[in-house]
Amino acid sequence: MTNARLRIGYIPLVDAAALLVAADCGFAQEEGFEIELMREVSWSNVRDKLNLGLFDAAHMLSPLVIASSLGLGHVRVPIITPFNLALNGNAITISPQLHAALSEHTAGDLADPNISARALAQVVADRKARGIEPLTFGMTFPFSNHNYQLRFWMAAGGVDPDEDVRLVVLPPPYMVESLASGHVDGFCVGAPWNLVAVEAGVGHILHLGYEVMARVSEKVLAMRERWANDNPALCAALIRALARAADMIGNPEHRTTVADVIARHIDVTPDLVARVLAGTLLLSPNGPTRNNPSHIIIGGQSATRPDPVQAAWFYTQLVRWGQAPLSDEMQAKAIAAFRSDLFDAALGTLPAAGNTPADHVGAFAGPEFEPNHIQKYLDFWTNRRSGPRLSVVR
Amino acid sequence: MRKGPVSSGSEPSGQRDANLKIAIVDESAVRAAILEDGLREAGFTQVTRIEETRNLLARIYALDPEVILIGLESPSRDTLEQLFQMSRVVKRPVAMFVDQSDRASIQAAMDAGVSAYIVDGLRKDRVTTILDLCISRFNAFSRLQNELDQAKGALEERKLIDRAKAIMMKARGLSEDEAYALMRKTAMNQHKKIAEIAQVVITAAELLG
Repeated sequence: MTNARLRIGYIPLVDAAALLVAADCGFAQEEGFEIELMREVSWSNVRDKLNLGLFDAAHMLSPLVIASSLGLGHVRVPIITPFNLALNGNAITISPQLHAALSEHTAGDLADPNISARALAQVVADRKARGIEPLTFGMTFPFSNHNYQLRFWMAAGGVDPDEDVRLVVLPPPYMVESLASGHVDGFCVGAPWNLVAVEAGVGHILHLGYEVMARVSEKVLAMRERWANDNPALCAALIRALARAADMIGNPEHRTTVADVIARHIDVTPDLVARVLAGTLLLSPNGPTRNNPSHIIIGGQSATRPDPVQAAWFYTQLVRWGQAPLSDEMQAKAIAAFRSDLFDAALGTLPAAGNTPADHVGAFAGPEFEPNHIQKYLDFWTNRRSGPRLSVVR
Repeated sequence: MRKGPVSSGSEPSGQRDANLKIAIVDESAVRAAILEDGLREAGFTQVTRIEETRNLLARIYALDPEVILIGLESPSRDTLEQLFQMSRVVKRPVAMFVDQSDRASIQAAMDAGVSAYIVDGLRKDRVTTILDLCISRFNAFSRLQNELDQAKGALEERKLIDRAKAIMMKARGLSEDEAYALMRKTAMNQHKKIAEIAQVVITAAELLG
């Protein structure tokens, strides 16, 4: 395995940080291998190149690993993850116009997602009554937290994401321009794009991702199951290198160094990266700043170990939004894709730390998530939907 | 899954394939034009290029193509993935031109830098010609691009050498041929390219004023 060279695909986003730092700050070399970073422009490319073996591993949307492991899509190659690159990091950003409309429809504090979601339902109903085109929201991929966080938030307020609004997939670099041009009224995307929109004066950050779901896996390191089986020593070395890189990123002492490395790969200023990592975010042009280290979490045992409960959570989202049927077999497959065993084998089991919510997700609405009672959990939302629709109540 | 009959199902297959609606999504206008030409030469008459990716899905729905070809360097490939979803906004399901048995063809397409999507229910053998043509045109375009880059590089080198020659002619009173011969000899002695020596001459002249 000495001098092995791994080709690893990534999309230029802050949450690829552990991979970028492992490659550039000597963590890979210390473990006896090299990382060749392969920059990509779309998740479809990342997925296909990983499937075909053009990449050994890749930075990937956590729910996309689940979708691939279930064979939703095209090339059916079992994909797994032994390492969590980042938790959280997304935000819902809306246009100043939509922000004003939401404010008009509520006396409450829009920082509360329950209140903003109900205000959204009112705006949606109002537009419908007046024959105005439905609102359009951008997200990054059908199998992504961006899609599920937007849907979760809207549905909690009584908006049907498939009927009442339009959800469109937009590549992250196009989000800000689409918001400025009015092509979308809002979007959910990861760092640095929300801050870019605020600084360009075209967006208000309505909710940081952790306000919708307190703690959710955002990106993982994905690999073919076969590759992990064929290269156990290399896989363990990769996990160790990433874990050390992630810990360096999580340590505020090294912030300047890691921000430089990350910024170089994703074409934004080191200052912007440092603010994202610190969780210091300007919410609107000339508006308030929010400071919360939960904005994006990289490093630490509880943030880097794949959590099978979250795999079940993602599978539940796929089922909830009609992307997969519910079956015990599929659920087992989904959970098996998050290989905490490989993580433990490489790093040894340490006690989980960190403020993990009781149900491992901490969504702002609905019952606690129970991975062994997915149907019951989904029934709660189905029953709510069949009740009086908030969007038609004025 | 597909709603409605295949529009031209009763026609003979040659005629039917000529009428296949093909959309090309490519941010390289030149390459898209090359591909369109190729498809037209091969007898496909319904070829549309989409260069503007804003509102891509709306454009695709309006066009309602049976085959979509997209360059891999377009981030909008993710937007097309929405066509696989069972959502209300999708008029008819689309699949990527690949299944387990097509590994070789998808690999060839990926290497060439292109991906193809077809309407669900369309027989794959009907689009094999299109994909093959697409792969060969994309590869041809890459070769052209490389040749162009090389030609540009050669032109740059020639400019450097001409500038160095002028400097040496002026500084040492050499003829053009003598200046060139001296640089070539130096390059051979130092195992370098003439352009590299020329660059050194230019840099030295700039430093020495």
